[in-house]
Amino acid sequence: MRSAVIVFPGSNREHDAARAITLAGGKPPHMVWHTDTELPAVDLVMLPGGFAHGDYLRAGAMAARSPVMRAVADHAGRGGLVLGVCNGFQVLTEARLLPGALMRNEGLTFLCKPVRLKVEARTAFTALYDRGDEIVVPAAHHDGNYRADTATLKRLEDEGRVVVRYTHNPNGSANDIAGIVNEAGTVMGLMPHPENAVEPIHVSRDGLALFESLVAVAR
Amino acid sequence: MAIKARVIVTLKPGVLDPQGKAIEGALSDLGFDGVGTARQGKVIDLTLDEDDVEAAHAAVTKMCEDLLANTVVERYQITLES
Repeated sequence: MRSAVIVFPGSNREHDAARAITLAGGKPPHMVWHTDTELPAVDLVMLPGGFAHGDYLRAGAMAARSPVMRAVADHAGRGGLVLGVCNGFQVLTEARLLPGALMRNEGLTFLCKPVRLKVEARTAFTALYDRGDEIVVPAAHHDGNYRADTATLKRLEDEGRVVVRYTHNPNGSANDIAGIVNEAGTVMGLMPHPENAVEPIHVSRDGLALFESLVAVAR
Repeated sequence: MAIKARVIVTLKPGVLDPQGKAIEGALSDLGFDGVGTARQGKVIDLTLDEDDVEAAHAAVTKMCEDLLANTVVERYQITLES
């Protein structure tokens, strides 16, 4: 699998993302700076976690308007895979590549702990999991409270686009939503960090299958 | 002649505002009774190199739609001063 990891000023999980992709059997990703206007030919674009542009104005707001995001939208428009984790999920909603918005956690505190998620849909991102699988991955965010209007939530549910849900809602997200996909199932955003659950030193290796799924699908 | 614009961005009614809730709690703790609700927003002041009020309003509206507000959860109000 060929991939690109987008790096914004303030990204901080880009190397974790690259390492997870490589461990799963993908080629070492291209690291692409936010001012670039073109992407190399890739199967997957990953938007990593962090605090792009210091979360100024709103988390992900500045990054979503970066030059590189036009190329990411074009890649998504052609059916290319896009994965946004944490800040990357915020960027995808701000760029309107995914519906809804990620707001301040209900408890107002920065959440930094492993969370248990239930896999609810088989997608390119979860091909190697079974529906109903429970996985434990770290979460680290201040603005992970997923919100959308009632009609959008109903569509997400009816179309089976809620991919992972918290078993114990840590941040107030509507319908316990931790991760969703777009209509085509090719763009995914999720708040917790599967790239930080891939090695024996981590809290679990439950996140590795997500990257292995992408490698298998892209092959 | 420059035009000054003030943009006030607030959460749409019905959108949960945890920070507003914390402010309500703190006001109540300080003994300010009778505060029904508190909602937190943002103020953005702009100076525009523009002297036509209508053009300025149109430009700021586009800025709000494109960047200053996330219209999924926020709404905005523009006031101009020349």
